[in-house]
Parts: sequence; C-alpha cells; structure tokens
Amino acid sequence: MTHRTPGIRDDGLPAVVWESGLEIEPVYGPAELEASGGTDDVGTPGRAPYTRGIHPFMYRKRPWTMRQYSGFGTAAETHERFVYLIRNGQTGLNVAFDLPTQCGLDSDDPMAEGEVGRVGMAVDTLADMEEAFADIDLNEITVSLTINGAAVPIMAMYFAMARKRGYDLAELRGTAQNDILKEFIGRGTWIMPVDASLKLVGDTIEFCAHNVPRYSAVSVCGYHIRESGANPAQEMAYALSIACAYIDHVLERGLDIDDFARGLSFNFDIHGNLWEQVAKFRAGRRLWAKILRDRYGAKNPRSMQLRMIAGGGGGGLTIQQPENNIVRGAYYALVSALSGTQTMALCSYDEAYTIPSQHAATISLRTMQILMHEIGLCDTVDPLAGSYFVESTTNEMERLIVAKMEDVEREGGIVQGIAEGRIQAAVNRSAYELEKRTQSGEIPKVGVNCFVAEEEAHEVEFHPHRDDEARKQIERLETIRRERDAAAVERTLEELRRACAAGENVMPAAMDAVEAYASVGEVCGVLKGVLGTCKEPIRF
Amino acid sequence: MSASTRAVGERIRVLVAKPGLDGHDVGAKVVCRALADAGMEPIYSGLRQSPLAIAEAAERNRVHVVGLSILSGAHLTLCRKVADELRKRGLADLLWIVGGNVRAADRAALEEIGVHGVFPTGTRFEDIVAFIRERVGHAEEQPT
Repeated sequence: MTHRTPGIRDDGLPAVVWESGLEIEPVYGPAELEASGGTDDVGTPGRAPYTRGIHPFMYRKRPWTMRQYSGFGTAAETHERFVYLIRNGQTGLNVAFDLPTQCGLDSDDPMAEGEVGRVGMAVDTLADMEEAFADIDLNEITVSLTINGAAVPIMAMYFAMARKRGYDLAELRGTAQNDILKEFIGRGTWIMPVDASLKLVGDTIEFCAHNVPRYSAVSVCGYHIRESGANPAQEMAYALSIACAYIDHVLERGLDIDDFARGLSFNFDIHGNLWEQVAKFRAGRRLWAKILRDRYGAKNPRSMQLRMIAGGGGGGLTIQQPENNIVRGAYYALVSALSGTQTMALCSYDEAYTIPSQHAATISLRTMQILMHEIGLCDTVDPLAGSYFVESTTNEMERLIVAKMEDVEREGGIVQGIAEGRIQAAVNRSAYELEKRTQSGEIPKVGVNCFVAEEEAHEVEFHPHRDDEARKQIERLETIRRERDAAAVERTLEELRRACAAGENVMPAAMDAVEAYASVGEVCGVLKGVLGTCKEPIRF
Repeated sequence: MSASTRAVGERIRVLVAKPGLDGHDVGAKVVCRALADAGMEPIYSGLRQSPLAIAEAAERNRVHVVGLSILSGAHLTLCRKVADELRKRGLADLLWIVGGNVRAADRAALEEIGVHGVFPTGTRFEDIVAFIRERVGHAEEQPT
C-alpha cells in the first residue's frame, strides 16, 4: 500500500485504491485469485453461502421488484401517486412518511409546524393508513414502510388495516424498515433511548414471528450509514453488526433462530466504484450466511439468505447538472442487478433538490424496466462469477468486513458504540475526509470538480408544499378525535402503558389502541412516558 | 453586531444547530469539523432543537455566529421562528447563516427574515469560513 512515490506504483502505473482501502492490481489472474483465498466459497446460486445469489435461478425465474420510495402530503395524495406508479409497472411500494409521523408526533404538535406532509405522507391514525392503500391488492403489491422510531404504531396500523380488509396476517407479506440502531448513525428519527429502542424492535420481531411470519419485521440499513459517510466495507460491517445485535436480543427472549431470522432483510447503497459495490454485496451475502450458520446455528436455509433492496445512491447524485443524475441512476441500477438484489429503488434525478416529480419518478421506473427488459440482465445468474478480478476482490472485501466487525466487537459492541456516539463520530470523520478529497478534486466528480458547466441551467421542477393540505390533515385528525370512542382509546392506551411498564411485548396492546383510532402521537406518547426519550450523544 | 465584542485572541464561536425534525446531520457535522480546522470553535446543538433552545444556546455560549442546517425544506417556517426568538434576546444582529437544501428562489425570503448568508448543499468549506471571517473580523479592527 505504501509506495516510494505516493500514488504511483513501482511499475509507474497510478495506484488504484478503493474507498474501503483495498489496493487494486492492474491485472488479475489465477495467481491473484489463489492468493486471495481461491474459489472454494463461490459455490452454486441458491445454496449456502449464497455468494452467487440466494435463489437458484434468480432473475431468470423472477426479476427484481421495483419499489420507488414515494409519499407526500396527505394519504389521499399519496394514494394517487401509488396508483400511478402501479399502473406504470411498479411491482412494490415503498412508503415515505413525513417527519412528524417518523418522529412519533401528531400533525397538530407544535414541533410539526411546517413539516406536515412535506417529505412524506402524514399519518396520524388508522384512517390515513386505510385511505393510502384503499383498493391496492396487498398480496399482489408488497409494501415496504420506511418507518423506524415510530415503527410500533405504524406497523400496528398497517396490520390492523390489512386485517380489517380481510387479509390473513399469517399470509401477509411486506417489510418495515424498523432499523432503529442505524437511525442513531444516520437519518436521525430515533425517539426512545438506545436500549429501549432495541427492546421495541425485539417486540416487533417477536410479534411478527408469531403472528405475521411471512412479514420482514426489520430491514437492516447499511444504506443510511453509507450516506452518512461510511465507506462500503464499513457500510456492510456496521449493518451486519446491527443485524447481529437484533438477533442477540431476540434470542434472549427464548426464540429459536430459525423462528425469526428470515424476517430480517437488508437495505444497501450503491454509489461509488462499480466493482467495489459488486464485491461488497457478494462478500456480504456470503458472510451473512456463514454468520447465521456458524455463529447462530441456523438450520433453515432461508435464515441464512441475505435478502436485500439495493439502489438509491442519493449520496452519488449532484446538485450540479441534475440531468447527469439520470445517467448515474442507470449505472447504479446496473450495479444493483449485477449484485443479485431482490428489490431495487432509484433516487430520481431531481432528488438532490426536492421530492421527485412524477416525471422524474417515471424516468427512474423506466430506467429499471429498460435494464430488465432490453439489455439481457435477466438472462443468466450472477454473470460476473468466476472472474479472477471479481472473485479476488470479493474475497478481499469479505476479509475487510470481518476485520471491521471484529473491531466493533473489541470496542464493546455496536450497541454500546452507538450509545456513546463513537460509531457516529467514526462515520462522520470519514464523511469529512471524503468531502475534503472531493472539494480538492482528488476524487473526481463530474460537473462538480471537473467538467463543470460554465453556466448552470437548473430546470428542476420543485415539489410544492401546500399549507392547506397540512391544515386539512389537522382537521381530519380533529374530526377523528371527536368521533372515535374516547373510552376505548383511553382504555387501550392505558393497557399499552401497563404492558410497556411491565416489560411485556407492546405490539398486541398497540394493535388494540390503533384499532380504536389512537394516534401515532398518542401511542408514542405512552411509550415515551414509560421508556423516556433519547439524550443524543453530541459528538462530531 | 455582537461579534464586535470578541476579545483579542478569542476564537470565533459558531453555534451549528439543527432546528425542526430533520435528522440529516452529516452536513452540520462536517461543517463543524471544517470550522474547527479553520481555528474556530464550533458548538453543535444536536438534532431536533426548538427555535427557543437554539436562541438560548446562542445566548448561553455567547457565540459570534449562528448557523442553521435544514434539509427538510421547512427553512422558511423555521427561520421565522428562530428570528423571533433571537430578537427577543437582543441577538437579532448576530451573524446568522443557513445551510442545507435551500433553493435559490428562497434566498431573498430568507434574507428578509434576517439571514445574512445562505450556503446550499455542495458549498465549499472555504467559502463558509471566508464569509464568517470577513464579517466577524478581528477584534482589534472592530469598534467596541
């Protein structure tokens, strides 16, 4: 890694070092592959350790699900966008909630002023959930809920809505993001203290294992950790460490690993070096299978399968020359498909500015459809397998990820590291270095530090925020508060308080409360009352 | 402006605050690091600060600059509230900058509210540092 002349190899070629720290050879062959650990772990698609993908026939049998992140304004407006996307060939939904909902506040909370319906759909009560998904077939279109701090009431509302519409919870599929640990590293919609938050995630996993077994209760996100500045190896290492923390917690409740491990899925980021991402995904998938099999003794192959949504890539998009982001998005989607993802979502080209316009969201959807239908990406499984370069770097990335996970363990584990703010500080240090290297031009970014436009023509259509929609949402909440059975709300919230204080699983009581039309703010208010609120470790 | 009371040799203190519910803190934190590397003393508020808490922190820490980071798009609503709270404490003249996801069309409205400088996502660190240095200046150059 150290060269006599910095950045220049002894043979005179410029050194190539990936973000994760891996130095890349100009040519790979059998010797390099052997030195990296060989091909023993490459295996067969659909068989552990799943380096080549979790299904035997991957896209040849079933292409990836297309699931654009969307939601804004009221449930009615969001429902319209959902219907539009489905009509245009989208095969799943990924729901964006507004910040008050994500932070467990009702739309009329003083802290919510100016934020209602702004970055996602406002949900106060079950009525909003019902309206958002009206007439959408929840068996046909699986729904992913991007909710973390307020996962208890929102998951409860989704299940209550499905049950009311006649779906059997035992068969209901879908995903909740519900990865609170990463919220402390990036995204920031935590509510309760770290330990209490972990307990609530445990409640949802346990509840789903018993009642909604086909549902993914958690989607562990490397995505936001990467967006916060982590390199790809850190992204994977922190995400797998966090997933292990959830497993360790649930195992303490006496559940068997195979009762719930299949309910954990993952969400990863794409931007950066194409090959580094491919190696990250293949290595991560393999490592996860080994961890489940060797550390946790999983017997069911499904427990060992790393299922993921991979895409987004917001951190790679630029404010400058926004149309270039369409091209970037297409490459990110290509990486995602070459990496064997189950589900794909792309940030839209205007997303560095605003909530995606319908036009921009459609381009993202078409990008994925072109990849799927026009250029042969579904022809065969894991087409990169066997490449000296790809298999070597997959081996090397696995080693880097393992080393990073061991560092985390040695320093007291991921939960403690997050509670003390150490992980956050490490990620931010990395963000600062990356930004400095970008600003200095060391890391080229087209349109930003090279090939800069002389005059920027910004033709992005801004998503309007409508205060009248916010007012409408508040009126709707007031009407529901007036018309609901007040005694039932009081009784169910009191039962929730009791269950929470007794350390029981809060989900059954939360289901009863939201069915009585208790609001997100009321349910989270009860939980906060018992569990307290998080005191953020202020570090940078 | 209050910055003129900075003593000789005193480092420029900058409150970097996150108002509202937006949890995107990468920008705020890397700017803190850049300000520290430039010899200033950044004070980071943490997430979800109320306008009242921000004004109180500015007063308590006797800062020379208040910097708000907002990426949710709620900057106009939030800045109006922060302006009220700063005014109530006689801090209306404090150098006040805003960064984040702020479109060019909102710049004039923010200036009308009392914001002195707007630094959208993608701004170079050196531009923020230069802006602050130029306006806060050196104590000996300022009338006291």
